[in-house]
Amino acid sequence: MNFYRSHILVCGGTGCTSSGSVKLMDRFNAQLKEKGLEKEVSVVKTGCFGLCEAGPVVIVYPEGTFYSKVKEEDADEIVDEHLLKGRIVRHLVYHEKGEQPEAGKSLNDIDFYKHQKRLALRNCGVIDPENIDEYIAFDGYLALGKALTEMRPRDVIKMLKDSGLRGRGGGGFPTGIKWEMCAKSPGEKKYIICNADEGDPGAFMDRSVLEGDPHAVLEAMELCGYAVGADEGYIYVRAEYPIAVKRLEIAISQAREYGLLGKNILGTDFSFDLHIRLGAGAFVCGEETALMTSIEGNRGEPKPKPPFPAVQGLYGKPSNINNVETFANVPQIILNGAAWFRSMGTKRSPGTKVFALGGKIKNTGLVEVPMGTPLRTVIFDVGGGIPKGKKFKAVQTGGPSGGCIPASLLDVPIEYDSLVEIGSMMGSGGMIVLDEDNCMVDIARFFLDFTVDESCGKCTPCRVGTRRMLEILNRIVTGHGQEDDIEKLEQLAESIKDTALCGLGQTAPNPVLSTLRYFRDEYEAHIRDKHCPSHQCKELLHLEINDNCRGCTACARVCPAGAITGEPRSRHVIDMEKCIKCDSCIEKCRFDAIIKV
Amino acid sequence: MKTLADLEEIRKRTLERINLRKEDKDDEVRIVVGMATCGIAAGARPVMMSFMTESSKRHLTNVTVSQTGCIGMCRYEPMADVFVPGQGKVTYVNLDEAKARRIVSDHIVNGQPVVELMIGADRDKTVGKGEE
Repeated sequence: MNFYRSHILVCGGTGCTSSGSVKLMDRFNAQLKEKGLEKEVSVVKTGCFGLCEAGPVVIVYPEGTFYSKVKEEDADEIVDEHLLKGRIVRHLVYHEKGEQPEAGKSLNDIDFYKHQKRLALRNCGVIDPENIDEYIAFDGYLALGKALTEMRPRDVIKMLKDSGLRGRGGGGFPTGIKWEMCAKSPGEKKYIICNADEGDPGAFMDRSVLEGDPHAVLEAMELCGYAVGADEGYIYVRAEYPIAVKRLEIAISQAREYGLLGKNILGTDFSFDLHIRLGAGAFVCGEETALMTSIEGNRGEPKPKPPFPAVQGLYGKPSNINNVETFANVPQIILNGAAWFRSMGTKRSPGTKVFALGGKIKNTGLVEVPMGTPLRTVIFDVGGGIPKGKKFKAVQTGGPSGGCIPASLLDVPIEYDSLVEIGSMMGSGGMIVLDEDNCMVDIARFFLDFTVDESCGKCTPCRVGTRRMLEILNRIVTGHGQEDDIEKLEQLAESIKDTALCGLGQTAPNPVLSTLRYFRDEYEAHIRDKHCPSHQCKELLHLEINDNCRGCTACARVCPAGAITGEPRSRHVIDMEKCIKCDSCIEKCRFDAIIKV
Repeated sequence: MKTLADLEEIRKRTLERINLRKEDKDDEVRIVVGMATCGIAAGARPVMMSFMTESSKRHLTNVTVSQTGCIGMCRYEPMADVFVPGQGKVTYVNLDEAKARRIVSDHIVNGQPVVELMIGADRDKTVGKGEE
């Protein structure tokens, strides 16, 4: 075995792969070879570091130097300076805005990481996900060994119940109770299912776990199989996640080779094997009954509950289904105990939660914070706040099933129950930040448009009801809103919530209801005044040229519709009949004379 | 088929290789080799490799070997600083591969700094040339 004095960790997550980390790795390897360092320094491809905004991201150990936005040609300089001569390349070191790059700054001193607590993501960005030995080195499969040799299945379940772990996929159902229900179901054959059908727009935490630490999920599924008495499992993962699928396949074959999957695992009586099923990308397949129907080879449509999956699930057998992030927490709970897990987070929601930060925020990426952290900390301290000096307006959590949280509630601690109380939900953990330029009616319309598209059509409230709601919203944003539209929306929303078959339909009206709750005035402005306060709805937009106009004619020349007229050196006018609202004139005007009203 | 003992074996073996990525390194021993032009010209690279192979042979997972630039005493190259937690810095000079191995065994493993290889130890012999 070679002993390397230095490791170059290059992020191989989807974010950094798309910004060129594969070529960067090749360049590092070529450079090391050229300088004769290939026996001293190793290049390792890891999972996501979370700070996708700054990708491709590279960390050099033992110093722990954090390089960001590393271009292919920068590899030469890092090898030449840092690895050959031991001088840190300062200008490539990640630094927060307005501050000098500091050579000695380690990962944990950066604001983005300082407030984080990485449990589910603990190995992401640290180990090589395609090497089972590295997972084992960081205590991998130790929990499985402990459970199989020292614990009875009911001890595993008890520990999980004591830990208070709740489902990270959205609903927040206590995981231990779920396992217990399945364990108590009579039957010889049972199944364990991992729900990796992450479909919320903007959410990618499950993908990152699968890409960065696939063995953690395998180990947890085996633990679950041991606890409930199952010998077979399925991972249902989206086909749109090719890197995650590939690393899962590698992980499964390595685990089989080591006898950590298959018959008589670790020399005990316990046997377990896993299959991967690729989802075709239907949002409804994230719903557990629809997911199981899809695994069986049928069209992905939900079924009424009860019977619950724990009683009658996949192929009619008792099944336990958990989300990726939930599973990723399990091995560490078994290893460190329930009290350790409870020491993090809050009483009602112990542990941590991963969030995918997106939208109008500086540090787009993946963060993991203890439950109970206020939204303000996540958005302004970890996320770095809103770019371009704009004002924060709201944050959308929970994807198409969640809601918008306004600025006045930014200090609410993030927990399952507190988010539901303010009309949103945890969901899988997407967090889309909205600034003053976002129109809340349009945001509600966007999410509803998504659910209308993704509704499977099995039940009427969802198939027809959401479409009627979308029609009303379309009417409002185009200036044809009617006085009683808000009441109609509320009425429809309540009846869809009460009558839809599955979670998709029951939660689909949430974006509309929560924006109505906190931003009703914006709806009223659209309907009564035919005015969009954020100037986003094109149909309601009016442009005016004010006294700042010097008559330079630049706007008139750039206008593709010929809507601007006026003599040189005198104020111009816009004909709103002809204007197509392309904003070209606003960009061209050097005097800020064209304003949106 | 792997047993729990096999797993433990893999864990230890791999940890040696990747331990330098761990965050809490309270017991970390650092060997810093001067690798500026002067150090490299005087043969610092084989010295560094010797530090690395010796640490690896002895399964010293808490040792990291890193490099630094010129500290201005080029005539003493190859040089290396050894930091043992709680003991401060010891600077060794005029190293070669065998001396590096000795430092690992005497200083790092057995806790006995090698006095005759330290800077200043040869004051009487070499420094007598009127340099200091």
